[in-house]
Amino acid sequence: MMSNTSLIQLSLSQASQALRQGETSSVALTEAVLSQISQADGRLQAFLHVSAEQALAQATSADQARQAGGTHHPLLGIPLAIKDILCLQGMPATAGSRILQGYRPVYDATAVTRLRQAGAVFVGKTNTDEFAMGSSTENSAYQVTRNPHDLERVPGGSSGGSAVAVAAHMAFGALGTDTGGSVRQPASLCGVVGFKPSYGRVSRWGVIAFASSLDQVGPIGRTVDDVALLFSTIAGHDPLDSTTAPNPVPDFTHGVSALPDLTGVRVGVPRQYFIEGIQPEVEAAVRRAIEHMRALGATLVDVDLPHTEYALPTYYIIAPAEASANLARYDGVRFGSRQAETDLWALYEQSRGLGFGAEVKRRIMLGTYTLSAGYYDAYYLKAQQVRTLIKRDFEQAFQQVDVMACPTAPTTAFKLGSKTNDPLQMYLEDIFTLPASLAGVPAISLPCETDSQGLPIGLQLIGSAFGEARLLPIAKTFELTYQN
Amino acid sequence: MKRQYQPVIGLEVHAELETASKMFCGCAVVDSTMAEPNRHVCPVCLGMPGMLPTINAKAIEYGTRVALALNCEVQPFNVFARKNYFYPDLPKGYQISQYEYPLALHGWLDVETSAGTQRIRIRRVHLEEDTGKLTHVDGGYAGGYAGENASLVDLNRAGVPLLEIVSEPDIHSVEVLKAFAEQLHAILRYLKVNSGDMEKGVIRFESNVSVRPIGSDVLNPRTEIKNLNSFRALTRGTEYEIARQSAIYDQAGTVRQQTMGWNEMRQQTFAQRSKENAHDYRYFPEPDLPPVQIDPAWVTEIRAQLPELPAVKQDRYQQLGLSAYDAGVLVAEPETAHYFDQALSALASTRVSAKSVANWLTGQVFALLNASGQNLANLKVTPAQLVELIGLVEGGTININSGRDVLKKMFETGESAQAIVARDGLAQVSDSSLIARTIDQLIADNPNELQNYLAGKESLAQWFFGQVMKQLKGQANPQVIKAELTAALELRKKHAQDS
Ligand SMILES: [Zn+2]
Repeated sequence: MMSNTSLIQLSLSQASQALRQGETSSVALTEAVLSQISQADGRLQAFLHVSAEQALAQATSADQARQAGGTHHPLLGIPLAIKDILCLQGMPATAGSRILQGYRPVYDATAVTRLRQAGAVFVGKTNTDEFAMGSSTENSAYQVTRNPHDLERVPGGSSGGSAVAVAAHMAFGALGTDTGGSVRQPASLCGVVGFKPSYGRVSRWGVIAFASSLDQVGPIGRTVDDVALLFSTIAGHDPLDSTTAPNPVPDFTHGVSALPDLTGVRVGVPRQYFIEGIQPEVEAAVRRAIEHMRALGATLVDVDLPHTEYALPTYYIIAPAEASANLARYDGVRFGSRQAETDLWALYEQSRGLGFGAEVKRRIMLGTYTLSAGYYDAYYLKAQQVRTLIKRDFEQAFQQVDVMACPTAPTTAFKLGSKTNDPLQMYLEDIFTLPASLAGVPAISLPCETDSQGLPIGLQLIGSAFGEARLLPIAKTFELTYQN
Repeated sequence: MKRQYQPVIGLEVHAELETASKMFCGCAVVDSTMAEPNRHVCPVCLGMPGMLPTINAKAIEYGTRVALALNCEVQPFNVFARKNYFYPDLPKGYQISQYEYPLALHGWLDVETSAGTQRIRIRRVHLEEDTGKLTHVDGGYAGGYAGENASLVDLNRAGVPLLEIVSEPDIHSVEVLKAFAEQLHAILRYLKVNSGDMEKGVIRFESNVSVRPIGSDVLNPRTEIKNLNSFRALTRGTEYEIARQSAIYDQAGTVRQQTMGWNEMRQQTFAQRSKENAHDYRYFPEPDLPPVQIDPAWVTEIRAQLPELPAVKQDRYQQLGLSAYDAGVLVAEPETAHYFDQALSALASTRVSAKSVANWLTGQVFALLNASGQNLANLKVTPAQLVELIGLVEGGTININSGRDVLKKMFETGESAQAIVARDGLAQVSDSSLIARTIDQLIADNPNELQNYLAGKESLAQWFFGQVMKQLKGQANPQVIKAELTAALELRKKHAQDS
């Protein structure tokens, strides 16, 4: 049998293979990650909730199922971490917010249900910026998660807990959610693979809503195969979410087939993504990665996404507007924390006033303002129109290219606290991830190099809507051939 | 001198749609006045984190039925929108409604009034979800909060499909308002989308009222009276508001545009919110629900399946010779009209008239139902059986009195009239020779009465009639008795003159 240390080094796909070949057991894998959590998470603070007992019980039944013979889903017995934005029956769901303290949902998110059906083991819930609003996980009401590459730096966010869990081998894979970059950017900052599928691919049922028209569940793993396997398992139409697409889901449950090379692949390089303010090492690394793709036979195409500069303001009108309504249900009446019971308005004001953090309040106010009578046309409606133009930019670009390549984030991991007092600086972290979210297209962040301080740099590959079957093989080909 | 004012009234109707399940979740739609609180709820209608709505297609169908009955244009492109406000009966902090792209637009309904037919335009019909219900208890309640004042939230009703029907301000009298509201009420019941049970709050009215000098066409500030939950509250509230606003103008004052409540106890309206304090509902398209495309071919199908509506039925009954009043009585309740229609279809092989059926139904049958506290739904007499009974009476097999007795037995047992008549030997004696013999015997047995009759006391003819009927146990054909008796008495009269 392998030692705990060697077990946790396995990728998800390798662990799955080891289970299949009887080289290890689910209980051993689960014990290994639980032991890693107890050793490392005191420093990293990635988990808000660890459910060791439940996880071991799941692992035991997974091992029994495997011993009973037959064919099994590759996720059977694999320990995973779930961002605390997804509901999981039997575990608390806080969304990183004080206002949901003590709340335990009686339902699973559909993505969780599908993992459960596959036999996955849930080790716990990971930290997040409150209601997924943030790019550093510092907006969590509970704890500050640290980047495993440098404990003084942020892991990115909002799925920082999930990215750290994977990067620090505390889970073989994780689910995050990505509204404007919340899977890709922390994956980039933590040196793992983060994948945001097309909007409508993964059900939002049971996903605590931030911005409904943008929220998308995405997997985080150590390899393209790992995220592809998780993607194929959780994606697909769900009658409980009317915004899920009926499109058939590509089956990557047994891995992604790499291409022999990139001959015939047209890689778009959007000129608007290489701008002033981008960390020079990041730009250089991403340009080298793109050159590598050319060397593999890809044709590079200069593409124009003319409305890119409007993505940030557009996002910061639409997302807060939707959030202002989505967060209205946290009123202290039915669940979560309640303050002041004597008077209705005092109950609302104090429950919400004490329950929400500063960034959440900022966005609720922004959203309430832009939806108000007299402002709706100038802000919300206009933003929706611009969003259509951004979407069109992508549609036009994908008539010429198969994928687009650009940085995931403009910087590597930054120091804790360095942007918390400057929301605009923080918002700029998502400048390269927002457009794909607004356009609803799939995008993946792959580790490519590290900067001079050893901090990971992410390459973002963006695909066309529902073009995961094209995007992921290209990503895997890059991953297999690119050594830094 | 007081000026005369013309009221300008628009009506908004909120009607619950009695689908099996709620608008956006699988919970049952139940009678919220009866059900145990918070038993028909789920994470969706409780607004729990991460829960998403899914549209109940049946609610769209029900709404479409109403829209078509109101001559509206059903819109091919529907968008649900969030209407944002905080209240404990609204679990999500927003109500999913329709705003810019409602289910239907531009309809109308003709209303019969004392001044003839008037057309009221329908501005829009849209779908939304109902809220829960709050009960305020002073001094706590059995479940807790002893000694405190508490508001109890029951979310059984939260998420029940609600149809909002909005008229144009085409109504200029309370009479027309009432007729319009009643007709809408009847249509909802005929379409089987709503029980019409006003006491249970399944239909709620709001009236928008302004007044202006007669002859003027200005639109003065209007007030909106909410929570009018009966026809009476609707008419009283509107009348009150018309009088209140007229009095203000009489004193050269100005009416403020505001939302009013209706105090049932005091029979008064009271100000709730002024325009300046009006809610800003911050409507925006519901991102959890894609726009709904409504296929015109499907609308055509629904239209073809619409039942005959009350106004058309009323017309048809009058064509059959019923008075407007009788037709109105039959049409008022869909169950009555349905029973009557079934009876009509049993008329074919008989000589019974529609009018006779109407008379028996609204007379004898209703009297029996009222006396026994039953309703048509559990009536044992089928429409065909009623027609058969009327046929027996009108064909002379039994007389009207027997007919009433037979109906009573049918009502109790569900037996057919034929069976009862045969068993009880109720068939009417129409044998004129038997009747003639009975008359002769009777006259012979009562020489004094005959003498008095012949002496001019003509009313004794009636006495003889009664005696004959009595002898024949009430089953004789009165026409035959009358004819034979007249002949017999005429004969005696002639003999007396001759001798
Ligand atoms: Zn429900």
